[in-house]
Amino acid sequence: MNFARFLNPRSLPLVITTSLFALLYGFGAVSYDAFLSPQVFVNLLIDNGFLVVVAVGMTFVIISGGIDLSVGSIVALTTMVSATLAQQHHWNFWQILPLVLAIGCLFGLFMGVLIQVFKLQAFIVTLGGMFLARGLCYVISIDSISITEPSFTVLAEYRIPLGEETFVSTSGVVAIALLAVGVYLAHYTRFGRTVYAIGGNERSAMLMGLPVAKTKIMVYVLSGFCSALGGVLVTLYMQSGYGLHALGMELDAIAAAVIGGTLLTGGVGYVVGTLVGVMILGVIQTLIVFDGSLSSWWTRIAIGGLLFVFCLLQRLLDRSGKKIRTKN
Amino acid sequence: MNLQSISKGRLFWPLVALFLMVMVNFWFNPDFFSIKVVNNGLYGSVIDILNRAAPVMLIAMGMTLVIATRGIDISVGATVAISGAIAAALIGGSLEIKDGVQTYVSNTPMSLAILAALGVGLLCGLWNGFLVAGVGMQPIIATLILMVAGRGIAQLITGGQIVTIYYEPFFFFGNGFFLGVPFAIYLVAAVAVVLLLLVHRTALGLFVQAVGLNPTASRFSGISARALIFWVYGFCGVTAAVAGVIIASNVKSADGNNAGLMMELDAILAVALGGTSLDGGRFSLIGTLIGALILQTLSYAIYSLGVPPEINLVVKAIVVFVVCLIQSEALRNMLFQRRTRVEGQA
Amino acid sequence: MAQEPILEMHRIHKRFPGVVALKNVGIRLFPGEVHALMGQNGAGKSTLIKVLTGVEKPDGGDIRLAGKKIQPGSVLEAQDLGISTVYQEVNLCPNLSVAENIYIGRFPTRGPLIDWPLMQERARSALKALNLSVDVSLPLFSYPVAVQQMVAIARALSTEAQVLILDEPTSSLDEDEVGRLFEALRQLKSKGIAILFVTHFLDQTYAISDRITVLRNGEFEGEYMAADLPRLQLINKMVGREIDESAFGRQEGASNADSSGRRPFLATQRLGRAGAMQPIDLDVRCGEVLGLGGLLGSGRTETARMLFGIDPADTGSLSIEGVPVRVNTPHRAIQNGLAFCPEDRKTEGIVADLSIRENIILALQAKRGVFRFLSKKRQSAVAEDCIKQLGIKVADAESPISQLSGGNQQKAMLARWLATEPKMLILDEPTRGIDVAAKLEIMDLVKEQCRKGLAILFISSEMPEVLRVSDRIAVLRDRQKIGELAGNDADEQKVFRMIAGVDS
Repeated sequence: MNFARFLNPRSLPLVITTSLFALLYGFGAVSYDAFLSPQVFVNLLIDNGFLVVVAVGMTFVIISGGIDLSVGSIVALTTMVSATLAQQHHWNFWQILPLVLAIGCLFGLFMGVLIQVFKLQAFIVTLGGMFLARGLCYVISIDSISITEPSFTVLAEYRIPLGEETFVSTSGVVAIALLAVGVYLAHYTRFGRTVYAIGGNERSAMLMGLPVAKTKIMVYVLSGFCSALGGVLVTLYMQSGYGLHALGMELDAIAAAVIGGTLLTGGVGYVVGTLVGVMILGVIQTLIVFDGSLSSWWTRIAIGGLLFVFCLLQRLLDRSGKKIRTKN
Repeated sequence: MNLQSISKGRLFWPLVALFLMVMVNFWFNPDFFSIKVVNNGLYGSVIDILNRAAPVMLIAMGMTLVIATRGIDISVGATVAISGAIAAALIGGSLEIKDGVQTYVSNTPMSLAILAALGVGLLCGLWNGFLVAGVGMQPIIATLILMVAGRGIAQLITGGQIVTIYYEPFFFFGNGFFLGVPFAIYLVAAVAVVLLLLVHRTALGLFVQAVGLNPTASRFSGISARALIFWVYGFCGVTAAVAGVIIASNVKSADGNNAGLMMELDAILAVALGGTSLDGGRFSLIGTLIGALILQTLSYAIYSLGVPPEINLVVKAIVVFVVCLIQSEALRNMLFQRRTRVEGQA
Repeated sequence: MAQEPILEMHRIHKRFPGVVALKNVGIRLFPGEVHALMGQNGAGKSTLIKVLTGVEKPDGGDIRLAGKKIQPGSVLEAQDLGISTVYQEVNLCPNLSVAENIYIGRFPTRGPLIDWPLMQERARSALKALNLSVDVSLPLFSYPVAVQQMVAIARALSTEAQVLILDEPTSSLDEDEVGRLFEALRQLKSKGIAILFVTHFLDQTYAISDRITVLRNGEFEGEYMAADLPRLQLINKMVGREIDESAFGRQEGASNADSSGRRPFLATQRLGRAGAMQPIDLDVRCGEVLGLGGLLGSGRTETARMLFGIDPADTGSLSIEGVPVRVNTPHRAIQNGLAFCPEDRKTEGIVADLSIRENIILALQAKRGVFRFLSKKRQSAVAEDCIKQLGIKVADAESPISQLSGGNQQKAMLARWLATEPKMLILDEPTRGIDVAAKLEIMDLVKEQCRKGLAILFISSEMPEVLRVSDRIAVLRDRQKIGELAGNDADEQKVFRMIAGVDS
């Protein structure tokens, strides 16, 4: 029975993903001595903390059977709003944080209501949201705004030592904390389980008396919140606000979730898997940097290729699953 | 309702919207309709709008068919970048002096380069079609893959640089005039005519609508929906490739990163503005062309109003929401209190 | 049993626009009894259940639970009152674990966390009460439908249900699985739960039910103790006589006296599909109508879909005009001269937003392919021709087909297929949902086409119709062919005797 669970078609992608990560990291360690330094590992988290945060929100959306293409531009909008308020209005970090998080939630609420109440297709609504948020960035300013506000720089440069030559940044800590909250929400709350139920079969969820409409809207609010929080981390990481920040991040977030074992048809996924997905994207990037001869666009091709392989895998598993079911 | 009466009825509102946009332009810019002849070419706002709308018009026509079959293709922007990169890389070009005469020399014959660009576009489209019709992926996801990887491939071809083209004859596609009219407009017209012929003089239009409206009934009637969808995506790839060539020719270079950026959104928006339902089924190619013109006229108005062009995206976003809400059956039911629920269950 | 009924529905009325679904229907459920609700398609069974479970609001009548008047407004409200339902398709989430499917929405918690161990413990004991022991932490989809059905029942019972409604729970179960389900039902009975059981399987009705209520055409036909109602009588009560007998009487000379000498067009040898239809031998001959007789769920539609390549067969062989062929898509079937009018006209037949003309030429154009386009002129000619030939009442062939009445839509579907000049026509419930006059017209059209040499497979749940048009009748029961009758010496009693298994 335990073996069956291990090879359960639904968790198989996660098993493959984790093995793939180990393999890639192992390959790096064999090829480059520096890979063995714990800091390189921690840097994966530091350099991709914002993506972890955004991808966790995306994971919930995809599990519910939806999609959110607006996350990248909400990240950009957050950096822009933060930078403007900090530089031109001299707000400090702690005044800005609640405001931008609220903006993110409102964005999600707006899109969630359009999707749920007016029965519009999620991808087209969030596509509109993508336009809107990017557009608002450019309305604020078309230039990059550097942040010199001390409350930002202090946080951005703050390092927490982990042992001797290893340290982690604020964004790494926030990412792990949010991941923990995500796991809690997904597996130990009524909200999370309802999200899974909706993704599994929305009609059944309704007939079982679950609060489908409310939950679906909340999922987009959550995604908006995560995007805004991710945006805050990007602001700290870049120490600037720019309308072109996080271009295409929605794709990275979707890829991370899918590679992490979240089924695009909804209903199945692991928040922890998304972390592994992000780490794989990070390792690929690191490998390409270490190699030096490979150009950065190989990252995009590799991500696309991985996305393809995992989508194909999902389809095949889905088909074989159906076959087993009819045989039964 | 047959194809024609659908398009007649459905074209009304897009035309009204276009007329209003044109009037707004005319209000703020009395010279809007004036056309000057400069160097054998016609210049003026109207010509400019037509010319600039050409790439989106082309892609939106391919997109119309895809959407009519209940699909979507968000990889067209990447396909634009890839085909532009192919054309640029193959042509390259330099100005050489042979026997005292300046001649432009391309790396590969231009016709071959352009065929290659179109061929690659077709391949991109067929790849999407294979994933959707063959593997059975959701269209948004299937095309997302190429959207992610496509930009990388384009940069791979250009070597991560902006490839500049030094080959005068190639510039004709994006900048040239033929009988006073920009050449790109002829390309749009040619594709439109071919497509209209295909839709009205073959069973393509009927089959696409039938598959989009009721896939089950279509399959039971013997329509090979899979093959149809496969080729529709392929065609969409070709239109994106044509647009890619025009853009590369227009800016005399290929930029893997930025060519065709967000163009998929403009194309989808043009289709929706043209009255084609985003849920598939009934479609109107002429409506799509009008939709693309509305978008371009809107941008032009924003530009001539002196509003910073940055606001363009915000306006487009609002247009997306408004168009979706107009198409939303749920909203209509709410407004008119139609008791469709009861009817639906009877 | 001199007990009081736990639930009583009295003089229930329900109208939908254009139809009266329920007229004065009543039903009584007693604690500790299995009560079977029987009736043909359209008898009003599902409407009655929808009213009882709060999905539909009745227009008249009242429902009493343990003597108190109730008015459930939603499934949830009905559940809270103690009326739980298990539907035909398992309405659970296949991706969630077995335990979760039982308790989602009512999770046991420990502080802010869901208490998974406690939930699994409870799930295990809930299933044990139904004689089922499975790993409750595995996702539901990893179990066969029978287990899923049990889980649905466990969920229904976990709300302290007094009344359990089972809406065709066995239609996708095999014999063993049905046996296990029934064992569980007997246990529930002994605990005093009232069970309302809707099914189309006669054997199962008699195996488990104590009491039977029969509905016909939205009306109450009668309530009987199962032991006092012989099968044949039950079938007669379900089928009834709603239409003027003479109109449906066998027409003299309608049947070809000897069809055995006719050239077979299509023949199957042990053709079957796992989970849909047991292997079947059929031969359909040119110029002959072969009727498929059987009750709902006997495999009539499954046979048609298998022959037309919609759900291709996975065993046996099929030959057309003596040549073995593989028909695995409708497209292939059409190329081989087959045509198929599906049962569900709205979702599988018409393309509602297309014009009548386009609907009629759709299959012909599909047969010709994309490029051999029929000009609009030709299309109109074909359409007009069909409209005239079949007597479709239509003002303008360019108006959307959805504006036509049901009978005329059905004729347009016939027209779609006749336009392809098929050699064999499969008609699945061609008379469903249309008025009597149109039914007769359709049947006459069928006979006419048959005289022109077409092979026809005719499916209808109205036995008199099958008898009226068929030259031969293949009788199906429980997804198996159980026999064949020659048309001229078949009558309803013979067919039903065969289905009931009496002196066959």
